[in-house]
Amino acid sequence: MFRQASRLLSRSVAAGSSKSATARAFSTEVPSTIDSTFVESWKKVAPNMDPPQTPSSFMKPRPSTASSIPTKLTVNFVLPYASELSGKEVDMVIIPATTGQMGVLPGHVPTIAELKPGIMSVHEGTDVKKYFVSSGFAFLHANSVADIIAVEAVPLENIDPSQVQKGLAEFTQKLASAATDLEKAEAQIGVEVHSAINAALTG
Amino acid sequence: MASTAAVPFWRAAGMTYITYSNICANLVRNCLKEPLKAEALNREKVHFSLSKWAGGKPEKPILRSDTPGV
Repeated sequence: MFRQASRLLSRSVAAGSSKSATARAFSTEVPSTIDSTFVESWKKVAPNMDPPQTPSSFMKPRPSTASSIPTKLTVNFVLPYASELSGKEVDMVIIPATTGQMGVLPGHVPTIAELKPGIMSVHEGTDVKKYFVSSGFAFLHANSVADIIAVEAVPLENIDPSQVQKGLAEFTQKLASAATDLEKAEAQIGVEVHSAINAALTG
Repeated sequence: MASTAAVPFWRAAGMTYITYSNICANLVRNCLKEPLKAEALNREKVHFSLSKWAGGKPEKPILRSDTPGV
């Protein structure tokens, strides 16, 4: 393996100096043909062995991005124990990303967003369905498919406001009396989550 | 390059994302209305049986369970 290292390294450096170091094609753009220079050099060195396969040759090609923006967003909203929405076509979803409430329309730029405790709303025509999401991630793909994964997501009607107030008071008190960093962090998480639920119920 | 990015407070306190996420989920479950709360807590019950192996044989298993007496 290392016999070829200097030759392969010098080959890639020579190629790299002719274009910018960061000009790497995305996997959606690279055609699935194999690098012919490599295959030829391989056959010279080891004519009886097949050239090694790369991981991309085993992968299915990514779904192509439609040239015109689709009219609907396809949402897959999953929880560890249930698939809440599966392939549902909607007009818009608003997700509680850590950077703020993010509205996702069809044709949204591909994004990976970490979610914070907050409300996620799914808009279909005039219907709006709201869920309180505990935390999770949202993957927005180029083909207007949104995969939203959350650990716990409940419709707002299922929340008990008195429990929320109790929890908020309890954790505010824990935050004041916390000693170690870890206790402070746990208490702060408690305060944040309960405040978010409170805001969701009243807002 | 971006290794000076601000870390979230829980990461700074030594907590991992999974721990943070599970704590958030538990807090939300505790705020549910009654029959749903019992179902949710029931759903999340776990039962572990751990045994260390020595000399090719399992030693006495350690049980960790949310359903006592099992």
